[in-house]
Amino acid sequence: MTLPADATTREAGSTAPGGFRRFIVERSRDSSLGLLAILLLLAVILSFVSPYFLTATNLLNIGRGIAIVGIVAVGETIVIIAGGFDLSVGSTMAAAGMAAAWLIGLGIPLPVAFAAAIAIGIAVGLANGAIISYGRINPLIATLATLAIVRGLSYVISGGRELVVSDPAFQAFGVGSVAGIPYIVILLVATFALFAWLMPRTRFGRYAYAIGSSAKAAQRAGVPVKQWRIAYYVTSGALAALAGLVFVARTGNAQPSAALGIELDVITAVILGGTSLSGGRGRIWGTFVGLLLLGVVNNGLILAGVPAFWQQVVKGVILLLAVLYDEIRRNRAEEA
Amino acid sequence: MATPLLELRGISKSFGPVTALDRVDLDIGAAEAIGLIGDNGAGKSTLVKILSGLYPPTAGTMRFDGREVRFGSPSDARNAGIEMIYQDLALCGDLDVAANVFLGRERRRRYGPFTFLDRPGMEKAARQVMRELGTDLEPGRIVGALSGGQRQLVAVARALQFEPRLMLLDEPTAALSTEKIRVLMGLIEQLKARGVSILMISHRFTDILHVCDRVVVVRQGQIAGEVAPHAQAPDKTMALMHALMTGDTLGAVA
Repeated sequence: MTLPADATTREAGSTAPGGFRRFIVERSRDSSLGLLAILLLLAVILSFVSPYFLTATNLLNIGRGIAIVGIVAVGETIVIIAGGFDLSVGSTMAAAGMAAAWLIGLGIPLPVAFAAAIAIGIAVGLANGAIISYGRINPLIATLATLAIVRGLSYVISGGRELVVSDPAFQAFGVGSVAGIPYIVILLVATFALFAWLMPRTRFGRYAYAIGSSAKAAQRAGVPVKQWRIAYYVTSGALAALAGLVFVARTGNAQPSAALGIELDVITAVILGGTSLSGGRGRIWGTFVGLLLLGVVNNGLILAGVPAFWQQVVKGVILLLAVLYDEIRRNRAEEA
Repeated sequence: MATPLLELRGISKSFGPVTALDRVDLDIGAAEAIGLIGDNGAGKSTLVKILSGLYPPTAGTMRFDGREVRFGSPSDARNAGIEMIYQDLALCGDLDVAANVFLGRERRRRYGPFTFLDRPGMEKAARQVMRELGTDLEPGRIVGALSGGQRQLVAVARALQFEPRLMLLDEPTAALSTEKIRVLMGLIEQLKARGVSILMISHRFTDILHVCDRVVVVRQGQIAGEVAPHAQAPDKTMALMHALMTGDTLGAVA
């Protein structure tokens, strides 16, 4: 038996089928290289616009600015790769932050308060995953509902009051640094590195791509699709809770209104980073590049003295462009 | 005759008030190839889905390799040694060839409390099974970018990789060109030679006659009868199958 004729000719077109050509083809699929080029170009332009841009202080400011969105974006990337969506991340951040601040105020040790906050994130993720897997409800609607429920509960339980955190160790986590690099930037990079490393090497990662690509095929191959979906929402919830802790540590207080609308930034970073809205395709490190681009644009607008209200408009436009690009790429892939 | 590989007794399946299968008895011997034919809605696909673990039967017993079995999921059936190739192939287009071949049954390596995918091992095994199928399709190729024939190969390789006892094929030739059908029929012959039993649904009588030892006809959820394809002249076989499918038995007697 021989290979079908069209396959033989296609293989013959490449001199090194398994090597460099495939590497380039695969990289061009996720478009992160192009994005990296845009990022570098933007950085060069900004360094001419403002002599302040390339200073260490400013670069670390960008790092601090994107740390919270970035940690959440890691979980969101995984959920979207698996064909889902998580709008509830901002509410989860606020609820987890409130819980931690309340417990610390009661004199509960920091590790216990942290664990409780993460547990809230896990609980929200479990709820999201179970509703979507077993209730067969569209993830946009399901997590829009939990967004409202969790945010509402944070207001109800706190009576709308904010909690001030004065624990010095907790504040040090938010504002401290080692060798000039803020702890939260280290946490950001570590989170990205961990999941970027795990995704291609574990069933956790492989099934995210498989389920996002075709949940039906994964199901028929014996992948317990429902349980893995829940695992992805739990990951997203736990990382959102971690980001909620960072938020409180940075600002020194916890508010039920914290991180309102953060999902816009998170989803923009993910889609900008080349993760496909239709699932099955995306890279953690792509999201990192998307996040950097978003951070640099934000920073650039501030340096250029653009009023803060315009930043929202610019972000919305960037999200639209990223989605349009994703759409074009998908159509091209289907024609190929 | 030795104990059949698969024995079905009184298998029934209802979907609410609709009876899709009604007390079906069927035996499949080792290395035997059986063709399953019948009109649309006769119950062929339901029967195959019960065997592949997608549906539980409403009533009846299944014995596989002499033991009574109950499949709660496709994984149960696969663990027992029954592989299914779906009409739409059920592949993940965004994954590469090796990932599709091992989907749901990844090889893993343990490091302390953690297990990681054994990617080099799976890549090597996928390359090996492709070679056995007579192709050099690269395990790293993304399946979404492959041709129809190549995807069919991936689906066959996936089933072959785990040395099945029984292979179920649902309309395997429906999406293929004449040339690719010949290739697939060659593969099925290879499987038979290895001692794998085959149950194949097809609308194309020529495929069935080519590879099957027995043809079982399903009509209105029941086994209407069976035909030995090589016991008579081909046109007589055709007439018998048609008669059983339509229930017009008078025509067959003539």
